[in-house]
Amino acid sequence: MNNLSVEHLIGIKDLTREDIELIFKTADSFKEVINRPIKKVPSLRDITIANLFFENSTRTRLSFELAEKRLSADVVNFSAASSSVKKGETLIDTVNNILAMKVDMVVMRHPNPGAAKFLSERIDAKVVNAGDGTHEHPTQALLDAFSIREALGEVAGKKVVIVGDILHSRVALSNIYCLQKLGAEVMVCGPTTLIPKYMEELGVKVEHNLRKALEWCDVANMLRIQLERQEIKFFPSLREYSMQFGLTKEILDALPKKIVVMHPGPINRGVEITSDVADSKQSVILQQVENGVAIRMAVIYLLASKINR
Amino acid sequence: MEKQVILNKRHFELTLNRLCYQLIESHNDFSSTVLIGLQPRGVNVVARLKTQLETILGKEIICGNLDITFYRDDFRRREKPLIPSATNIDFVIENKQVVLVDDVLFTGRTIRAGLDALLAFGRPNKVELLTLIDRRFNRDLPIQADYIGLSVDSLSSERVSVEWKEIEGEDKVVLYTPEANE
Repeated sequence: MNNLSVEHLIGIKDLTREDIELIFKTADSFKEVINRPIKKVPSLRDITIANLFFENSTRTRLSFELAEKRLSADVVNFSAASSSVKKGETLIDTVNNILAMKVDMVVMRHPNPGAAKFLSERIDAKVVNAGDGTHEHPTQALLDAFSIREALGEVAGKKVVIVGDILHSRVALSNIYCLQKLGAEVMVCGPTTLIPKYMEELGVKVEHNLRKALEWCDVANMLRIQLERQEIKFFPSLREYSMQFGLTKEILDALPKKIVVMHPGPINRGVEITSDVADSKQSVILQQVENGVAIRMAVIYLLASKINR
Repeated sequence: MEKQVILNKRHFELTLNRLCYQLIESHNDFSSTVLIGLQPRGVNVVARLKTQLETILGKEIICGNLDITFYRDDFRRREKPLIPSATNIDFVIENKQVVLVDDVLFTGRTIRAGLDALLAFGRPNKVELLTLIDRRFNRDLPIQADYIGLSVDSLSSERVSVEWKEIEGEDKVVLYTPEANE
């Protein structure tokens, strides 16, 4: 298990368990690096990486950019809002123009599912998917599983419930693949309208009662309600959603055991999770952010080691 | 592969003992000195030196491990990615005397990377190098050790392997020479 089995990171679906373990092992070392007085290593001095964000993002973009800089790569940033995409340029044209400037790796977020795969088949650079529509968000799933491993010692055998908008969530899909590959049990919980029909085919339990789901689990991953992806109403009101599926201190304290609370951010405080839960000792939300940099460093490092000169 | 033991169990122990006394000669009571072993195999040398020095001096010697993977100059020049080992330096090296420790000094490239990696932790007063085996005449870079267990004259096609009681079952150093037709 000395090399990744893939040439690009498009989705967790393509990875093997060995790949994920290799990424975790490498990320352990990078986590130590980013806690040093000088948080930078010279490994990727001769690599240039373009961050292409066709969709808004703060955390993921910053996290990728920091990861790249801490590996000493050269970084160029691009966001669709201020680019020629507005003038009608196609994705391939935009990317080929950027690659003509000698870029070795592309980190891309795009609103269309499959955009990263499409790109990886057409360009001569490594592609890292930073979220493609409602499809996958592999680095988020890796950092979530890495955070579970850190909080509970291992992922295998643990019970994880993913709560909220499963239908529109790339985080949920990537998390399901990742956790199952590592041997965890996964349940999803949310309003019927936001749980896709194919969930049971994936071997995922479905529960519509938050309290029951929380009693079952070791870890609760609370997803954000993605109002921007909902063209129709999937539930009557935010207030009703948060009454039924919002995680509060009262529910948490009434559980028989202490569970780990996660959230991929950005948090809608008071909707899917209350402030006192988000800031409690059981929450690992900020550790997730820290681990995100280490995981992204590991992914970029391992993919970059496959670039031939 | 022809195999020749160049340091047997008895001499291995004597050599480590001598290195300890040489260290004490220059560092007295180790009040501002730390030992840092380079991963993966320098760590074994440090572990042994630490035990012996602590027996001789009757006090704790501060030791750490340093992984140099991310500082190597052959990244992407190999088939497989370089997978790191653990770094464990939970003390301040600022203004300390640091002794870098490795088992075999060969081309000097590991030490070059080790110096880079070390400086990410602060600015030591002085850095010295201790190696159990010095394969002199094989250097690619202008790097020499301050403390040497045994100097070995070898061809670059040969391989020197330091073996440990804890890992391989016996303390010894072996020189492997490829046969003429290999």
